[in-house]
Amino acid sequence: MNLLGKRYLFFALSFIIIVPGLIVLATGGIPLSIDFTGGSLLEVIFEGETPQPAEVFAVYEEANIKDPQVQTTETGGIIIRSEFLDNEKRDALLTAMNATFGETSIQRFDSVGPSIGEQVTSRAAMAVGVSSLLVVLFIAWSFRGIAGAYRYGISAIMAMLHDVALIFSITALGSVFFGWEIDSLFLTALLTVIGFSMQDSIVVFDRIRENSSALRRLDYETLVNHSIIQTLQRSINTQLMTVEFLLLALAFFGGVTLRQFVIVLLVGLMSGTYSSIFIAAPVLVVWEKKEWKTWFKKKATA
Amino acid sequence: MIKNQNTRLLIIAVLIAFALWIDLSDTLFLSNPVNGAVVYERNVKPQLGLDLRGGLQVLLEADLPEDADISADSMEVARSVIENRTNALGVSENVVQIAGDRRIVGEFPGLEDTEGVIAVIQQTGLLEFVDMGTTPLPAGTIIQTDYGLSEDALSAEESTDDAEASTVYHTVMTGSELDEVGVTSDQLGSGLQIAFTLHDEGSDIFAEYTTSHIGEYLAIVLDKEIISAPRIQSAITGGSGVITGQFDSESANAFAVQLRYGSLPIPLKIVESRIIGPTLGEDSLQRSLQAGIIGIIIVVLFMALYYRLPGIMADISIIFYAILAFAVFKWIGVTLTLPGIAGFMLSTGSALDANILVFERLKEELRKGRSLKQAFDMAWSRALPSIRDSNAAVLITSLILFWFGSAFGATVVKGFAITLAMGVLISLFSSLYITRTLLAIALDKIKVTNFQRWFGI
Repeated sequence: MNLLGKRYLFFALSFIIIVPGLIVLATGGIPLSIDFTGGSLLEVIFEGETPQPAEVFAVYEEANIKDPQVQTTETGGIIIRSEFLDNEKRDALLTAMNATFGETSIQRFDSVGPSIGEQVTSRAAMAVGVSSLLVVLFIAWSFRGIAGAYRYGISAIMAMLHDVALIFSITALGSVFFGWEIDSLFLTALLTVIGFSMQDSIVVFDRIRENSSALRRLDYETLVNHSIIQTLQRSINTQLMTVEFLLLALAFFGGVTLRQFVIVLLVGLMSGTYSSIFIAAPVLVVWEKKEWKTWFKKKATA
Repeated sequence: MIKNQNTRLLIIAVLIAFALWIDLSDTLFLSNPVNGAVVYERNVKPQLGLDLRGGLQVLLEADLPEDADISADSMEVARSVIENRTNALGVSENVVQIAGDRRIVGEFPGLEDTEGVIAVIQQTGLLEFVDMGTTPLPAGTIIQTDYGLSEDALSAEESTDDAEASTVYHTVMTGSELDEVGVTSDQLGSGLQIAFTLHDEGSDIFAEYTTSHIGEYLAIVLDKEIISAPRIQSAITGGSGVITGQFDSESANAFAVQLRYGSLPIPLKIVESRIIGPTLGEDSLQRSLQAGIIGIIIVVLFMALYYRLPGIMADISIIFYAILAFAVFKWIGVTLTLPGIAGFMLSTGSALDANILVFERLKEELRKGRSLKQAFDMAWSRALPSIRDSNAAVLITSLILFWFGSAFGATVVKGFAITLAMGVLISLFSSLYITRTLLAIALDKIKVTNFQRWFGI
């Protein structure tokens, strides 16, 4: 089986999947949760009939809270986002809600100050940056025995970027259809995918490392292809049969709270395995053969 | 294949027995059989996170400029003050922790009165000088004072018959009258005392009061709790005085700090609050646990069907892994959150992955025609580098996640990182040690000749 021969086909496939989401991302952007922007989020369920958004707006305006955004949930409650509320405003709002709509039960009431939101954002960016850097260094160190060790680190990063792009793409689509946002759980999912994406790439690379001493006579492309095939069964079994089963169960039967988190993880981990085979390893070959030199020529003759 | 099978089996058995003991008890308790003295005690009751049982989470930040130097000691004092105050509300199992170097996170599970807790946290500590009359109460007693009570409330209090229980003490003045507080050595030079000076108005009140109450006791009360109740030995008219007592330098300084700052050594503001309804949490917990069980059953079946004998051994070692992991979580007191459950499931995936890597290798070597013994040894030694390196990558990211979660009191992120990292470490032990031992023993007992049937080649 020659998987590497069709490498440009797989590159194109990834491109096609990622681009639509990235267009959404570029045009509308994914809404950031109050974890990052600061503000408040109130989710309530009403004993009686769920009021119209306009009625809720009126209550917020009465309490002198600017720019509330109202959204209904699957469970028949509503979510209202607004500016950061201090305690007085909070109490006033809750009293007003109860007075206007009768008994309400609070599902969630988060209030995040604007300054903390800013710090969370910068630290989050740092967390992603630092962990990718550390992992690259680790891979380079771990593969120091074979030629061009840093290539393995960088190829793994390219595969990882592919997975990160895919996650953003999925979340962008989710934000259009299901009102998803980027919150601290998204960040958790992102970092997990980064970790496991590396794990998958390392498993394939490890086989290349092993084969490159045993099967030295083979040319590089055949060797890499061979290594992929050898680890393929593991990739399929680990990824599809175990991780995805565990997460699918959580996605289907688990609570609503975790759904976005689990779906992002699911897609991300699947992509992690896919990219270890169809991005990380092919990039190594493209690099070894310095194929970019012929890219222009190919286009010209086509 | 492996030597010392019995020793290995014994180690595993002891570990599992120990883990089961932790898993099945709420407190670990060992007493000396001879005299019954407690040798060891540890609470290992599982802590459910707020997302699972509802409650209030508050993140407090020092209300000081960014570059202000905040000492770890004062953060610790602030933390314990908040813990004491909220415990006084009768909220059980609340957790108050320092997050990073300028933040404190408080978690109050299963709470009805969220406004009450927030109000208590936000109050600046109230220091009062209270007239005790001639009978002092010991330090630590909670009393009622008339400070801040309206006239109506006062008369209502007085009219109740149960005078003993609801004695309302008179507040002579509050801590706002204090000007300076310091620790000095006493006249004899052998002990320490607290010296204080008062503002003008306070001096007058104090002079008048102490002149007419010599020989009586004046309690120093912080947030309605008596800190100490010194006897008035002479009239204090100069606007300054000393409090004597059995102080060592540490307690004298702590006391001075409490007097000086009301109670909080640093001003705090609420920068984040989250209320999670209890119904949402209950629903999530049950559903997620169910989902977890369904997922694990499918995976166990898959492993047994696909990898046959090794798969069954892996299943057993996965169950041992779960027993061990749960025991470790309880031991180090991991708060169980929804992402924590997800982290645990991912590390279960890692445990399986290590097994799968080995088994695929085992099949490969057998297909090449190697003997069972050779294939067995090679499978583990060849799979080791990839298992080691790939898990290291996951550990690196979970460390970063932990660091991020700690700095912001994001217990959810922290919970995920801890369960993932611990899970991965235990999974390595499970796949590299337990599975290997079990499979070696099984292969010794069963003389396998038909590789296709027993290994699913």
